[in-house]
Amino acid sequence: MSGDMRFTLKVWRQKNAAEMGRFEIYEAKGVSPDMSLFEMLDAVNEDLILKGEDPIAFDHDCREGICGTCGSVINGQPHGPETGTTTCQVFMRLFKAGDTITIEPFRAKAFPVVKDLIVDRSAFDRIIAAGGYVSVGTGAAPEANTLPVPKEKSELAMDAAACIGCGACVAACPNAAAMLFVGAKISHLGLLPQGQPERDRRSIALRRAMDREGFGNCTNHAECEAACPKEIKMRNIARFNRDYLKASFLSEE
Amino acid sequence: MSLDAKIPTGPLEQKWDNHRFHTKLVNPANRRKFEIIVVGTGLAGASAAASLGEMGYNVKAFCLQDSPRRAHSIAAQGGINAAKNYPNDGDSVHRLFYDTIKGGDFRAREANVHRLAQVSNSIIDQCVAQGVPFGREYGGSLSNRSFGGAQVSRTFYSRGQTGQQLLLGAYGALMRQAASGQVKIFPRREMLDLVVVDGRARGIVCRNMVDGKIESHAGHAVLLCTGGYGNVFYLSTNAASCNVTATWRAHKRGAFFGNPCFTQIHPTCIPVAGAQQSKLTLMSESLRNDGRVWVPKTAGDNRSPSQIPESERDYYLERRYPSFGNLVPRDVASRAAKAVIDEKKGVGPTGLAVYLDFADSIKRLGADVIRERYGNLFDMYAHITAEDPYQTPMRIYPAVHYAMGGLWVDYNLMTTVPGLFCLGEANFSDHGANRLGASALMQGLADGYFVIPYTLGGYLASGGIPSVGADHAAFRDAEKAVEEQTRRLLAVQGRRTAADFHRQLGLLLWDKCGMARNEAGLKDLLSRIPGIREEFWQNVKVAGQKESFNQALERAGRVADFLEFAELLVRDALERRESCGGHFREEFQTPDNEARRDDKNFAHAAAWEYRGDGQDPMRHAEPLTFEAVSLAQRSYQ
Repeated sequence: MSGDMRFTLKVWRQKNAAEMGRFEIYEAKGVSPDMSLFEMLDAVNEDLILKGEDPIAFDHDCREGICGTCGSVINGQPHGPETGTTTCQVFMRLFKAGDTITIEPFRAKAFPVVKDLIVDRSAFDRIIAAGGYVSVGTGAAPEANTLPVPKEKSELAMDAAACIGCGACVAACPNAAAMLFVGAKISHLGLLPQGQPERDRRSIALRRAMDREGFGNCTNHAECEAACPKEIKMRNIARFNRDYLKASFLSEE
Repeated sequence: MSLDAKIPTGPLEQKWDNHRFHTKLVNPANRRKFEIIVVGTGLAGASAAASLGEMGYNVKAFCLQDSPRRAHSIAAQGGINAAKNYPNDGDSVHRLFYDTIKGGDFRAREANVHRLAQVSNSIIDQCVAQGVPFGREYGGSLSNRSFGGAQVSRTFYSRGQTGQQLLLGAYGALMRQAASGQVKIFPRREMLDLVVVDGRARGIVCRNMVDGKIESHAGHAVLLCTGGYGNVFYLSTNAASCNVTATWRAHKRGAFFGNPCFTQIHPTCIPVAGAQQSKLTLMSESLRNDGRVWVPKTAGDNRSPSQIPESERDYYLERRYPSFGNLVPRDVASRAAKAVIDEKKGVGPTGLAVYLDFADSIKRLGADVIRERYGNLFDMYAHITAEDPYQTPMRIYPAVHYAMGGLWVDYNLMTTVPGLFCLGEANFSDHGANRLGASALMQGLADGYFVIPYTLGGYLASGGIPSVGADHAAFRDAEKAVEEQTRRLLAVQGRRTAADFHRQLGLLLWDKCGMARNEAGLKDLLSRIPGIREEFWQNVKVAGQKESFNQALERAGRVADFLEFAELLVRDALERRESCGGHFREEFQTPDNEARRDDKNFAHAAAWEYRGDGQDPMRHAEPLTFEAVSLAQRSYQ
């Protein structure tokens, strides 16, 4: 896989949340088209370590597009130029040898930078903690097939449940809204019979949690849908809005 | 010290019920007096922490990811087994138990495996109640598919992301407890030592990965749910952060390590493409339901697959194993692939691959059905390889995937250190020498939802656990040891990176302790690993500072532990002079090249005791007795 492509990398470096960041330029050599962007960064980092310099910090884990850990803005696009992929699935065959590639962190008020390309997305955990689940204790479940779920509903719920919580929707949105992330959870549970008892409560609680964390609101730019690595659709936001409206008019929450 | 597995008496079917009845309970008002430390938030850790929180225990849950939802359980694709027998095809608790024991090549404990099969149905009930979107039939009932090593359809699935969906269910339950304050979550923390006071596990020392500060946390019991050590091989299907550090450091504090040589090589992964590759990507075993595995009949045939006529293809799994065909267990499928590749019949640019071909299924069912079943996997493959598997066969090759070995635990999931429990992939308990597909998710959730809530109570209620806070001197000592190791790693300032040492170790292990092992190769490894370790401590280069976010330092610490652990793995492989499951010793095989067990001498679990740096570890044996099954040569023909 050793290759002969070269790239100029313009990478955001920031020591920690308190200090100002800036772009630094690095050269990547010997890159092959089958390498992933992260494998290229690994090689750059190896060189930096040997030179005694601080390697570029970036979040990554599964490197197969499913854990949701990674997330950078590549040439202005969260998770890079392709649709339906995470940053770890960006392969160098997408670029022309000699290109300059800009790599920066997800930017949103609710996602403060931890270091370099790494941001703090714990706001998402706090939103889920506010009610993004079915409240059923271990052992309290009825036999699984006692609750039939129409296949169509189940598939739609799965489409929404496929969200990996990476935060690209927030990074792509000009308002840094978390509506797609929250809408996906509202849809996943709201489409299933298991989610009905808490449906009103959930939409109100998640909406409040989202506002508390400092995320913006949706003004229908649809950038979130375009950036989503799991191709979660905007109609989940519509479903969230409907549920929230209904709940705020009719429920006693 | 003798190993007591604490297997309950009585008939196999009644052991778990009897044990639950006889195990002491902690009354609800007393549970709040106990602090429980859970390390790791994958399926085992999240389900345990949530369930214990619901019961009223005060739980602290730690993970090294930025969120508990990201543990490597999410990567599991294919499914989770249960003995529901919804398809009416002959499944039962006993059959699931039997298939799992046989699949593990008779190297697991009967009582544990039977319990696993017993609670499997409750897991599905629990997950459905949480809103896990399992695949369904048009009538609204749950759908099942078949998986390797079984002749019934007992696998429940959520498209190709079953692990993710199950973990989101457990994570939701965990976050509900976090909201109520019953569970406190500590993300981006790496456990670096276990603290033992008066012979009992009383807490952990961890590093806050954001600011580099060393923290101590005390509790009445510690649960390690820290996953497997497959990354000791450098290239594996595991996520980058998977490591052996938590279990290895617990081992050095007295927890015996069980069967470290039992590692699983998964047959269907995307082949290695080059030297700078950082990981191998799994293609779900479920693909073997509709894909046919083949190589050209003639060695060195490098025509493109479409130009090789049917008569010149060797569907070697169907030929060698007519009754299971492409659905033989993983160890068997991996070895069979190695055999044809050793005969130079491998395909693709490196020759280190076999075909997984969907042409027949697409002809029979249509591309749409195949897309519905495996669409995301096909997309993933196309994305990584730039080839379209709807048009041309996938190329696959075996890769390290799972660790059956892990910390030795008794029936209560307690290690040899009282108060230290180990759950999920991190323990050694249920899969013997080979794990069947769709059984890892089952085990992780069984341990967390349905076993530990009972057995932990038994330990706590037995009394004699004095109050110990994080101000105890033992915590200071452990902190000092951790600080000292960090200081040393940063002080070497040599000329090679930790990743470089990791790669060197991994390649060696894969070569001589991977799919096939022999005495000479293993002895060679044992003579070379100490040298690599020595060089590591003299020549590693770690950049950055101690008290800062420092991924190079994290990596170096993990590699240091892999370099110690690898030796134990190899030693275990050398001492087990038989072939079983994923452990294939070339000296011990049947005339048709299947694994030949030695039940007379090796029907036991090996449990290794650490005896200090520079000392040889001591091998203990827990005899495995089989009452419900008769030991047989495993046959899938």
